[in-house]
Amino acid sequence: MTTIAPGIAKTAQPKTAVGRVRKRLSGRVASLIAIVIALLWTTPTFGLFLSSFRPEDDIKQTGWWTFFANPQLTLENYREVLFGSSSSSGRLASFLINSVVITIPSVLFPLALATFAAYALSWTRFRGRDWVYIGIFALQVVPLQMALVPLLSFFSQGVEVFGVTLMPAWNLEGPGQFIQVWFAHTCFALPLGVFLIHNFMSELPGELMEAARVDGATHGTILRKVVLPLVAPALAAFGIFQFLWVWNDLLVALIFSGGTAETAPMTVRLAQMAGTRGNEWQRLTSGAFVSMIIPLIVFLSMQRYFVRGLLAGSVKG
Amino acid sequence: MDFFFDFAAEAPKLVQLLIGVVAFLAFVGLMLLLLDRAPMKERSWGHSLLLLGPALVLLAIGLVVPGIRTTLLSFMSGDSSQFVGLDNYIWMFTQPEAITVLRNTLIWVLLVPSLVTAIGLVYAVVVDKSRFEAIAKSLVFLPMAISFVGAGIIWRFVYAYRPEEADQIGLLNQFVVWLGGEPQQWLQSAPTNTLFLIVVMVWIQAGFATVVLSAAIKGIPSEIVEAARLDGATPLQMFFRVTLPSIRPALVVVLVTQSIGTLKLFDIVRTMTGGQFDTSVIANEMYNQAFRYGEAGKGAALAVFLFVLVTPIVVYQIRSMRQRREA
Repeated sequence: MTTIAPGIAKTAQPKTAVGRVRKRLSGRVASLIAIVIALLWTTPTFGLFLSSFRPEDDIKQTGWWTFFANPQLTLENYREVLFGSSSSSGRLASFLINSVVITIPSVLFPLALATFAAYALSWTRFRGRDWVYIGIFALQVVPLQMALVPLLSFFSQGVEVFGVTLMPAWNLEGPGQFIQVWFAHTCFALPLGVFLIHNFMSELPGELMEAARVDGATHGTILRKVVLPLVAPALAAFGIFQFLWVWNDLLVALIFSGGTAETAPMTVRLAQMAGTRGNEWQRLTSGAFVSMIIPLIVFLSMQRYFVRGLLAGSVKG
Repeated sequence: MDFFFDFAAEAPKLVQLLIGVVAFLAFVGLMLLLLDRAPMKERSWGHSLLLLGPALVLLAIGLVVPGIRTTLLSFMSGDSSQFVGLDNYIWMFTQPEAITVLRNTLIWVLLVPSLVTAIGLVYAVVVDKSRFEAIAKSLVFLPMAISFVGAGIIWRFVYAYRPEEADQIGLLNQFVVWLGGEPQQWLQSAPTNTLFLIVVMVWIQAGFATVVLSAAIKGIPSEIVEAARLDGATPLQMFFRVTLPSIRPALVVVLVTQSIGTLKLFDIVRTMTGGQFDTSVIANEMYNQAFRYGEAGKGAALAVFLFVLVTPIVVYQIRSMRQRREA
């Protein structure tokens, strides 16, 4: 053994001088590629970030890279974009609140509904269970775009079959409109949510449930005391994915939330600003950063679950 | 400038949020209460129905019925009053403006998955086992956390245009000027503008590929790597003969998920060009037809076509996922 070990160590190194040079070169090339990609990926964000603190005239007249020759910083852009009194200033503070109001229930409801459904599909027995699961699962292929028009008319006209009104129009106004955004996000989140949580839940050992059942536990107790603690990581992953999805969503918000400060989230406002006042960079730069800050905090603090959620949820839409 | 924040206007929203959260708690509480009440039996429809019912109702209202209605709408006229047969589909495949949309979508779906995978793979390989691996991966992954709208603004700033005599504020045009060229309106000249939009998508998604592929690379058994090294494999041979074949499943996952995401892409086009200058794609055109031009039939036909394109990819994805779970 002792004679073999050094042999391995030696052959693992390139034998000749040429080999060594080649290895070092490939190491250099690799580092160079890594640095170039890392720079390309961070510079655009950095440029926007720096610009958001520069005075309006500077942003519009000189490139952000000239900042280092003439450093001037201000918080004025943020003050204006969040709280400015002119109608063109953004008033993002109001939209920021809308984003929060939209996001929280749009994450909570799918989490609960998907957990209940996944529990039924893994730990209660009924005929056709597998078919129900496959059906829910298959709904993942329906693109959002297919559901938009009919769902909108469901909200605005209700349901009528052969002249009989089964469901009146919702006619939501003011903050009540949030309900239809929550509703839409919840519906669209369910196939993925049920799928993810079911994957996790159905792997739990059956003896655990059986033992609880023998002790006289009801489904409510089993769900609360036995299952929930064990599937917490899956819930966290799905919750974070859904949070990012809703927070960053533009399409659902455009269609179901109206376009005003009353109910529309930040993404809608930013898209408007980019379209109509595409050159008001002092507002766009700071506005974009306001919208990024919360997902970035979530990202940095829960990177592990975040990655898991993204991997799991990458077929959604 | 005045400080403007109207608390009175914001309060009702917070009340609405409170209502939403209370409704949520009431729903969960009620479900658990009903579950506790019902007696436990080996086979009981009651429990299953109670647990599954709410989700099934929402799925029916939100996805199943709308999906069927959209399919029906795609055979109707713009105001949904007349049956027009296949007219909307014929429009989609014969009219120049619709063909441009399909062509752009094709360019997107060909370029984005391959570029994302290639860049993600190269980056994952070069940072593998380096001292700064964790932070290097985070830097590239960070764009995944921000919205497409935010990313659209970041890149519009990179592409910003100023006339030749003025100072450039966009980084790309500044480089062009430094190299002695003329500044360009990158987003306005077709067909290259689509490529500049694609850059944004690649920029956002490359981190996803890096993380998935990096995990796969770390999963390659060390005996295989060691054996190849003993045989004197060069780094390039190592990459093509060992790394690539070993991470094939992960490569497929990245390609498939990117293809689906790209087909449904909406936000980037909407934020950066609004679909003008020949940059529209299916999802954006569907929104325009259905919600701006009042052409519900054409919008529905585009949505159905999207469904037809996505279905085989998702089915493939699901099948390979099952195989992996069973393996």
